[in-house]
Amino acid sequence: MAVNRAVITHGHGDHARPGHRSALATPETLAIMRTRFQDMPDTTQQPLKYGDTVTMGDVSVSLVPAGHILGSAQAVLEHKGQRIVVSGDYKRRPDATCPPFEPVPCDVFITEATFALPVFHHPSDAGEIGKLLRSLETFPERTHLVGVYALGKCQRVIKLLRAAGYDKRIWLHGALASLCKLYEANGVELGDTALISDAILETFKGQIVLCPPSAIADRWSRRFADPIAAMASGWMGVRARARQRGAELPLIISDHADWSELTQTLKDVGAPKVWVTHGREEALVAYARSIGIDGEALHLGGREEEDES
Amino acid sequence: MQAFARLLDALSFQPARNAKLRLIEAYLRETPDPDRGWALAALTGGLDFAAAKPALLRSFGHEKIGEELFHLSYDYVGDLAETLALIWETKPDAGPPPSLGEVVETLQRATKMQTPAILKRWLDELDATGRWALLKLLTGALRVGVSARLAKQAVANIGSQPVAEVEEVWHGLSAPYRPLFDWLTADGPKPASNMGGAFLSPMLANPIDRAEIDTLDPAHFRAEWKWDGIRVQVASLGGVKRLFSRAGEDVSGAFPDIVEAIDFEGVFDGELLVRRDEAVAPFNDLQQRLNRKTVTPKMLKEHPAHVRLYDVLWLDGEDLRALSFDERRTRLEAWMAEKPRPRFDISPLVRFADWAHLATLREEMRQDGIEGLMLKRGDAPYLAGRPKGPWFKWKRDPMLADCVMMYAQRGHGKRSSFYSDYTFGAWRETAEGKRELAPVGKAYFGFTDEELRWLDKWVRDHTTNRFGPVREVEQQLVLEVAFDGVARSTRHKSGVSLRFPRINRIRTDKPAAEADTVDTLLHLVP
Ligand SMILES: [Zn+2]
Ligand SMILES: [Zn+2]
Repeated sequence: MAVNRAVITHGHGDHARPGHRSALATPETLAIMRTRFQDMPDTTQQPLKYGDTVTMGDVSVSLVPAGHILGSAQAVLEHKGQRIVVSGDYKRRPDATCPPFEPVPCDVFITEATFALPVFHHPSDAGEIGKLLRSLETFPERTHLVGVYALGKCQRVIKLLRAAGYDKRIWLHGALASLCKLYEANGVELGDTALISDAILETFKGQIVLCPPSAIADRWSRRFADPIAAMASGWMGVRARARQRGAELPLIISDHADWSELTQTLKDVGAPKVWVTHGREEALVAYARSIGIDGEALHLGGREEEDES
Repeated sequence: MQAFARLLDALSFQPARNAKLRLIEAYLRETPDPDRGWALAALTGGLDFAAAKPALLRSFGHEKIGEELFHLSYDYVGDLAETLALIWETKPDAGPPPSLGEVVETLQRATKMQTPAILKRWLDELDATGRWALLKLLTGALRVGVSARLAKQAVANIGSQPVAEVEEVWHGLSAPYRPLFDWLTADGPKPASNMGGAFLSPMLANPIDRAEIDTLDPAHFRAEWKWDGIRVQVASLGGVKRLFSRAGEDVSGAFPDIVEAIDFEGVFDGELLVRRDEAVAPFNDLQQRLNRKTVTPKMLKEHPAHVRLYDVLWLDGEDLRALSFDERRTRLEAWMAEKPRPRFDISPLVRFADWAHLATLREEMRQDGIEGLMLKRGDAPYLAGRPKGPWFKWKRDPMLADCVMMYAQRGHGKRSSFYSDYTFGAWRETAEGKRELAPVGKAYFGFTDEELRWLDKWVRDHTTNRFGPVREVEQQLVLEVAFDGVARSTRHKSGVSLRFPRINRIRTDKPAAEADTVDTLLHLVP
């Protein structure tokens, strides 16, 4: 849905659309949108840095880090002493590719709910990356194909591998190239990476190859001998889902808040009124009510199921 | 417990046999005793705790997050043990998680009353994968696609021994198998094999066809019918009587009628059958017995089991395996002649003049319960494994049917980017007189790599619907399916199930409407 004035929380496809007359977002998010939407010549771009404020009519707007992906922000709207925070997508655990989520006390908090069920407790990132590295040790001759979303998950997984001491070359599917370049231009160093298509005389044995999840089942993956299909996503925590996606090595790495992060955030922002959207509203609304918060499900259009979790 | 849980987790997602082996081997190498021994017991089906019932798990869940949230969670996950494992959180101030040995030893001592409290403490200490594995173990639902045979193969591999050696000592040992690991990974002595009562690795036959048979000298070979039952080993020593499957699994529990009839000492090789009024019943009847853990008196009466012997490996304390087939056969016949042996008989030798004669006999034999012929060299000793040369199986030509591809599913491992598992159907008429396809089976081999690439492309180009990894395809492509038998089935919507189906040919020349009907298949049911 294209509008006159859009405030964009981050660059994922279900939050950022082309065609708005003007778009207000962090400079990083606008850069991501330009990469994805052919430079957006018809949109007036209004960059707003974290912490800065603009006024639109009698509403003041500022953007605060959401800890989701590069440039991701919560939108803080103030009107006559009333403060509404729109969380966008967020998470609470550290991520080397973006500044951490900052809770903003408010009157109304509109929260995402992608993983809003008590079954989602994402384990530590380091432990999940350890699973991948252990598998490389057990199967040193097999290519480890890791399915990642091009924006955010890809770069985070690379950073996590680097933090775990993995300094070998990481191979990339062509679809991941431009966003990796953009992250690097924004100061997120990814180390030695190369495109699969640039490889000469490389067998990829015992190598890590990152690709979009759909590429694993695609003819594209046939160039690798006996690959192991790993998949990095928050959905991997539930076995039936992991199996449905054909993962042989599920890695539970999510860019969204899990159940404890969501419930902790409700407490941290202290809003008496919470609107729950973008996911499994029912459970989080039930939880909010059980601790005396006026919770309500807010059904917004335009959500694509599970695209980038 | 955490290491074991990680192993189970990895195994449950890894479909390839070799990869499973590698995972188990790595675990067995890295894990100290007695944990690895208990793990081995769990993988070979030797650990049986029914310590936690679903009702207990549900009550834990309600207590933890309330009924509404637990219900929503269970609804989403679809598996009770997994739901509880996921919603429970590791307590930050909990003690270190228990080892597998600690879990097993504690449960062996604990009373029913104590179990819930112990279980809660462990759930606090373990991580989500650990909780999942623990709950699966305690509810007796540990299914990670590992057979006892595969686990034993992994143990054998870490000591660079043939699996036959492990099988031979296996039944003289008990969990946590300390002497076994001492032997395989340190310098311990080979454990004594409980000779005569132990499982001895069977001798297996290679398939052969008519052309290859003509290169052999008929005078060297003896022929027996190949029975359509289950290969078993009857082993009895010092009052311990057992019936083993070909893979060394103890199936005595399902066949008390056979075990009861054992009044001798020795190890015999034979075919387990259901025999009714002197005739061999269809394989389906035997399957019904196999599927039960406990047998009802009715089952025993209506599906009486029988063993048709074809070899003797040990007799009265003597190892006969080094003797020739002819000598063993003489011993077997003499033993059978000693006295009546209810529930046992000997598979008769099929006399023949030359291969052409035998081929005719094979063609004419359309009796139920016979799959073809076995050819055994008269001068060959009994050798474990599948030696090339002494034993052959010459199967009856398969039955064929033209079916229509309905669904295709992606394969595993090397084939994970190919649609390589095909569900096919045959025509039938609905109550309203409409013609529709009903699925009759699923096959994932029989084709060449080139045919697989062709089939994969066909599937991708003719998809009408997708369900996760499954694609529904246009009902156009006729597959000639080969199979070894047909049985009535209540599990299949079509009412028939094919035995051992495989893709024989791709029939692009045949219109789908001319494929076979369910009725035609039903006529093949014996
Ligand atoms: Zn997002
Ligand atoms: Zn989103």
